[in-house]
Amino acid sequence: MALRRQIRVGSQWMYADEAHKALREALRVMEDEKVAEGHGGHHQSFIRRYVFSTDHKWIGIQYGFTALLFLLLGFCLMILMRLQLGWPGQAFSIMKVLGESRAPGGVLLPEAYNQLGAMHGTIMIFLGIVPLAVGAFGNYLVPLQIGAPDMAFPKLNMASYWCYFPGGLIMLASFLAPGGTAQSGWTSYPPLSVIASQGQTWWLIGMVFLITSSLLGSVNFIVTIIQLRAKGLTYMRFPFFVHAQFVTSFLLLLAFPPLEAAAVLQLMDRVAGTSFFLPSGLVVSGQALTNAGGGNPLLWQHLFWFLAHPEVYVLILPAMGIVAEIIANNTRKPLWGYKSMVFATVFLGFMSFVVWAHHMFLTGMGTTISAFFQTTTMIISIPSVIILSSLFISLWGGSIRFNTPMMFALAFLPMFGIGGLTGLPLGLAAADIHLHDTYYVIGHFHYVVAPGTIFAMFAGIYYWFPKATGRKLNEFWGKVHFWVSFVCINGIFFPMFAQGLAGVSRRLYDGGMQYAHAKQIAAQTNPFMSICAIGLLTAQVPFICNFFYNAIAAAIGRRDEGLGSNPWQATTLEWAATTSPPLAHGNFEVLPVVYRGPYEYSVPGETAEFIPQNTPLTEPAPRGGGLLPTTAVAMREN
Amino acid sequence: MDAHASVGHAELEIPYNVHPRPDTGLYNAKLGVWLFLASEVMLFGALFSSLILLRTGADSWPRGYEFLNVKLATFNTFILILSSVTVVMAWSHLRLGNLKKGRIYISATVFCALVFLTAKGFEYAHEFRENRFPKTNNFLAIYFTMTGLHGLHILGGVIVFLYFLGPGAKMWAKEPERYTNRIEIVGLYWHFVDLVWIFLFPILYLM
Repeated sequence: MALRRQIRVGSQWMYADEAHKALREALRVMEDEKVAEGHGGHHQSFIRRYVFSTDHKWIGIQYGFTALLFLLLGFCLMILMRLQLGWPGQAFSIMKVLGESRAPGGVLLPEAYNQLGAMHGTIMIFLGIVPLAVGAFGNYLVPLQIGAPDMAFPKLNMASYWCYFPGGLIMLASFLAPGGTAQSGWTSYPPLSVIASQGQTWWLIGMVFLITSSLLGSVNFIVTIIQLRAKGLTYMRFPFFVHAQFVTSFLLLLAFPPLEAAAVLQLMDRVAGTSFFLPSGLVVSGQALTNAGGGNPLLWQHLFWFLAHPEVYVLILPAMGIVAEIIANNTRKPLWGYKSMVFATVFLGFMSFVVWAHHMFLTGMGTTISAFFQTTTMIISIPSVIILSSLFISLWGGSIRFNTPMMFALAFLPMFGIGGLTGLPLGLAAADIHLHDTYYVIGHFHYVVAPGTIFAMFAGIYYWFPKATGRKLNEFWGKVHFWVSFVCINGIFFPMFAQGLAGVSRRLYDGGMQYAHAKQIAAQTNPFMSICAIGLLTAQVPFICNFFYNAIAAAIGRRDEGLGSNPWQATTLEWAATTSPPLAHGNFEVLPVVYRGPYEYSVPGETAEFIPQNTPLTEPAPRGGGLLPTTAVAMREN
Repeated sequence: MDAHASVGHAELEIPYNVHPRPDTGLYNAKLGVWLFLASEVMLFGALFSSLILLRTGADSWPRGYEFLNVKLATFNTFILILSSVTVVMAWSHLRLGNLKKGRIYISATVFCALVFLTAKGFEYAHEFRENRFPKTNNFLAIYFTMTGLHGLHILGGVIVFLYFLGPGAKMWAKEPERYTNRIEIVGLYWHFVDLVWIFLFPILYLM
């Protein structure tokens, strides 16, 4: 064994290479500290600070605001549809906002119903939930939770928001296009979408913007998480939310480009007259199409679902991350099975790329392919179950604090459970023959996304509102918001399972009243569901008032000083930053160093009830210290 | 150690912007560009898959070599490979601290790219004169879509190179290492764009 040179550092002997490493680390920390102090008081113009901001916290708030507005808009479109479904053919004065061409005399036209349906899906998924889950929560929290001064590429982050926003505007503007907006569903299946009116072209262009935004964002997140982790923050010390965002970013990065390719091809079909998705011999309104033909409508479905299935996990993983944080905090216990949750998340990410064709069992792709995708679909349910079970078991034996964020997080568990379990029959090709394209499918994915993901988003808003503003949202109105929403949302979606099992198809303009087999159940359930939808809208009023009252109060400087920097007594790093970190001034006065796992609540033998991640260990570190091994001492003395 | 990192910047300093993080061995943008290229692989991968699906499902499929200009495309292939060499030369000269030679090689890369685009323009014009448009058949549709998208990537690279020749080169005075990194990154992108063509050429022109 070759002898390594040793040098004396203070009172200790160290190997030269280890001393060198330590010196480099010390210089890095000093540099970071200098940086953290260095940008204390420079002034930025209003536009740089609030419009084209490069600060991840403000961009997160921008995303959050925009996404919440889009969620409300998407919901309002659905209210109009629900009015039509509950009372088909009746005139409603509110319907007149759509204009004479869509709702003459307040009666919704079928093509307008299709437009509302397509845009409800598009807005909710691409403009509402993904930007809220990834753009808002991810942007605001990931750098704080990993102890980074900002995202790795702040300008790219700004560009990402400024691709998302125009993309949204283009989607909205498509309502004004001749013939109205896109009306081929959020899935835009050809050939209908190719021969649809001009609004579809706007939809495709809007999608290209949104895809670009997601790509920029996902590159940024992955680099930030890998490169800007605080010292000592190893992967297994990440809060679960960071893992969820990490996997989500990979899904966005790798799943969105095929949809971009598909959008380009459909754009070519619509603009340049190609026939990628148009088969030969297509006849529209009694006239043969002049296209060359030879295309394949299934190609679109493959490319679309190659994105859109991972997209489902993009919708759900950040929600699981939020719920995990809140459950650990409010049970005052570490998460049960943290490691298995992390590996389940990564496995889920991989598997989500090989299940897409379970959306296409009825397209006649063949039993072999169906069998393959049926198998992978059954396999992918396992990691979801692992995560959900771990969250349930985490509740065991905890002294649970039932505050508003925790109520939403707790509601997430059974709601996502219902959504997930009702998905299993859809993943089996035989059962799917009966259930495909019925209200059962709608019920299934809305249970995952609405009382699932959106409830998790609400939980996150209530939980991190004090971080962003220095004020807590009102608990009483929060609970009113929760209970009314919880009852109403189940009133909307649960009857859908019954409708679907009775064979009511989705996308029916009158909710099934024209079909003998569907008529009875449609008449029994649809008015009730529509009333619940209106109830759900009403339930959002206390939330909106609560939110704006406190946000405005915080903006004019009326913070709740008694709240402190860690109102929930949490352990993760975002609460180690200064009280609601000042905008555009970096996050931490001194970049934190992490010594512990993410959820050190109620640690046996410790006096403190919770120990933040950046609290140094009390006894000397067992490994990695600078102490010289005894064998080396012996050699030196010889 | 990071002598030039904190000079004259009003904005926030992000760690590992220039120097690699010890445990990952990468600086931020290098990891970023590899991720971006991964997404590009998925983009072109989807298009190649579409081509395969359309071709295997077609009753008859035109052969590119029967009417496309294979000679010109071969020439273009070599031009692009040459440009990949010049961009490496530019980077290695910058690494050695020689901005002048670095710029000469960046200019050579841009020149190659422009030659490629011009040749492609002639090819397109020829097809249009012969009444061959994207809508004529699915082979031409995918041919124009893929080569067009590839051409846009080339054009994007040219714009970035021109920026680094012009206003972007100011960075050299203060942060030569960062400037060199940027050329390395755009170089990685450039290699990828070349690689796409290496796949496009045989599939569209020869098979």
